Amino acid sequence: MEARKISCKEIISAVKKLFMDCNYFIGDDILSALKTAKENEQSPVGKSVLDQIIENDILAAKEEIPLCQDTGMAVLFVEYGDKVFVEDGSFDEAVNEGVRQAYRDGYLRKSVVSDPVFDRVNTKDNTPAIIHTKIVSGDKIKITAGGKGFGSENMSAIKMLTPSYGAEGVKQFILDTVRAAGPNPCPPIVVGVGIGGTFERAAQLAKKATFRPINTENPDKRYADMERELLTEINKMGFGPAGLGGNTTAIGVNIETSPTHIAGMPVAVNICCHAARHASTEI
Amino acid sequence: MIKKINLPITDEDIKNLNAGDSVLLTGTIITGRDAAHKRLYELIENGEELPVDIKGEIIYYVGPVPAKPGFAVGPAGPTSSYRMDKYAPALLDLGLKGMIGKGARNQAVIDSIVKNNCVYFAAIGGAAALIAKSIKSEELLCYEDLGTEAIRRYTVEDFPCIVAIDSRGNNVYETEPKKYAK
Repeated sequence: MEARKISCKEIISAVKKLFMDCNYFIGDDILSALKTAKENEQSPVGKSVLDQIIENDILAAKEEIPLCQDTGMAVLFVEYGDKVFVEDGSFDEAVNEGVRQAYRDGYLRKSVVSDPVFDRVNTKDNTPAIIHTKIVSGDKIKITAGGKGFGSENMSAIKMLTPSYGAEGVKQFILDTVRAAGPNPCPPIVVGVGIGGTFERAAQLAKKATFRPINTENPDKRYADMERELLTEINKMGFGPAGLGGNTTAIGVNIETSPTHIAGMPVAVNICCHAARHASTEI
Repeated sequence: MIKKINLPITDEDIKNLNAGDSVLLTGTIITGRDAAHKRLYELIENGEELPVDIKGEIIYYVGPVPAKPGFAVGPAGPTSSYRMDKYAPALLDLGLKGMIGKGARNQAVIDSIVKNNCVYFAAIGGAAALIAKSIKSEELLCYEDLGTEAIRRYTVEDFPCIVAIDSRGNNVYETEPKKYAK
């Protein structure tokens, strides 16, 4: 099979559109979960908060403006077909150019600093993006992208559990992490969980889990049950919408897993606010 | 009942606010978040003058999105307040009367709120597009190099928030979730 040529221009314009779209238009999965939550919310304040969040998300889509001021750090999961040849430049540079153009032309916030500890100077174009690339067979590039806000990112945690902790230990760590986050990550939240792999794979899977629509479940029934059970337990915590009390603290728990080492059972919990933004495209 | 407050807020207004009250603010507020707080704090530590007079002011923890043409301001919802906890008491001691943000505060901030007769308001995190409707104009005050983190002055009309911690230290983040915890 011959290589399929793709131009940088095509990648730039696809990435640009993904980031503008995901910041303006909340996913149907989130909006419909918010509407259901509003019906079931017991706290009057919680109900009113959900009402305002729904109104906000509809308004943002109508006016094509970001639904949250934290338009996030640009994160992309890429499935890169091994028959694809980018003919006039590098893939990563094209992705970063797409991010640059989206954040400039789409009136998104530039939230990235160059050095984490000492300089902390804003790069003024929201680059560099966090790009997770997996080479797959085929002649297409599939991209799932999202702007990840840091109010919730800061509430995330990873723990290197060991096998004897079992399913109970996994659930306990997830619940402890959500409880510690409390009202801070803009509840109702989406909880992304990565279990297995190595230290960094678990974290990557947790992020990937936050990008999976919340109206889907893990294909393995045991993990799907765990997702449902955790959602129920989290909603008993009482934090509620905006942390002001109520029975809607989370609207989704997504678990992704990976084979791991005989000695290990890493668990990463990536918390995402109700503005769980993601969009996909195929080139 | 929703309480309407015209800014600048008075000591009397603050005394009459109770945790959980819904409030609409009208007047002007200033903005500032992580990087600006760090700079203000360092000036205070060194005994230097601040580039903006915070006495009697309310500060909104926000890093707004740039305004799209045709809009007065860009979406501007609250950021997590706890990151400003290290700096807040020093500002309250200098006469700052209120803060708007989201999420819990530490005990040092709560104590300082009580000591200085101040108030902490919560705005709804992630409702940035909606909140921006109540912000009528913005003016850059200082720290332009910080981009979104610069200190600005907002003119607001019926800016919606909730009293999260009142001047007696009552704290909705403590009291309300307990009512719904099972």
